[in-house]
Amino acid sequence: MQTLITSDIFILSIVLGVYLLANLLYKTSKIALLHPLLTSIIAIIALLKVLGIDYPTFKQGSHFIDFLLGPSVVALGFLLHEQIEHIKGRTVSILISILAGSLAGILSVIGIALLLGADKVLIATLQPKSVTTPIAIAIAERTGGVPAITAVVVIAVGIFGGIVGPFILDKLGVKSSIARGLALGASAHGIGTARAMELGAVEGAISGLAIGIMGLATAFLVPIVMALFSV
Amino acid sequence: MVVGIFVVLLFYAIGEGVSLAINGVIPGSVIGMLLLFVALRLRIIPSESVKGFATFLTSNMALFFVPAGVGLMVAYRVLLQNWVAITVVSVVSTILVMVVVGHTHQRFEKKQQRSDELPSESNVDSSALDNSCNPLSKH
Repeated sequence: MQTLITSDIFILSIVLGVYLLANLLYKTSKIALLHPLLTSIIAIIALLKVLGIDYPTFKQGSHFIDFLLGPSVVALGFLLHEQIEHIKGRTVSILISILAGSLAGILSVIGIALLLGADKVLIATLQPKSVTTPIAIAIAERTGGVPAITAVVVIAVGIFGGIVGPFILDKLGVKSSIARGLALGASAHGIGTARAMELGAVEGAISGLAIGIMGLATAFLVPIVMALFSV
Repeated sequence: MVVGIFVVLLFYAIGEGVSLAINGVIPGSVIGMLLLFVALRLRIIPSESVKGFATFLTSNMALFFVPAGVGLMVAYRVLLQNWVAITVVSVVSTILVMVVVGHTHQRFEKKQQRSDELPSESNVDSSALDNSCNPLSKH
């Protein structure tokens, strides 16, 4: 019995089953806070505690799903190719907008964290918060942060950005589909993109593009900014 | 489907290889994404071949985050110790990124629209301005 519970098959079934139920709950309730990612994580942690499965065992068992995160980033290249006509003639404005956003993100993290008395490790952990998980983890590892916390913060930021994003953009009068998609992808990575896809195909595709550029921009800017501020 | 899986994994592997060569500054998956995009643009890879698998991957991204998120069950102590700083930084900085990106790009779009709508007039205006301003600024 114990070996079945800790087997890959059982753990994969838990993850997929809980995720499907969480999706159903999200789609029927239409409550933004019940994002399937958030409810799945909470439900799975609760299930693991009840069944007495520890995290290393879960990590091992769910490795197959975790692995697909990398290929899904690669697959964004296809999404970009499919939607390339939307960005024709806008390459420069898109690059400048995201570079500005990336820089604003990094500098605000450093500024606020220093004001609140956070240490170097915490700053390194939080800097890549708006970037897609695999890139964020890589950046945090390189700069001396705690990757596990980065992963959790990145997801929390994604859920937060995905939930409040459209409201904030409405309030600020950002109406263009392209600007909305870019803002969601750049600030809330894959989860923002999932939300952007609910707004429309243009928003979704542009948002997917923004994830990649934001990841690249932040990967390049973090080491430069850190060297400049010697933090 | 198998061809699609192979192509995506192949570009992932090439990306990881390039990433290793540049000391991991840019993660392999991101390089793989750029290379796949270029290969599709140049029609080295027919887009039909990757469509099925790529669509499956990109439309289910939230699922692939779940295992990393469950890491919360071991990382929560450090999170609890610093929750104020983490929350304030995340909320403020996320909104800031969103606003800066959205507004910057919308401003670009409006500028482009204006120059599209009134091409002749704006040209005349700006050249007139240039003519009147330049001699003044030289003084």
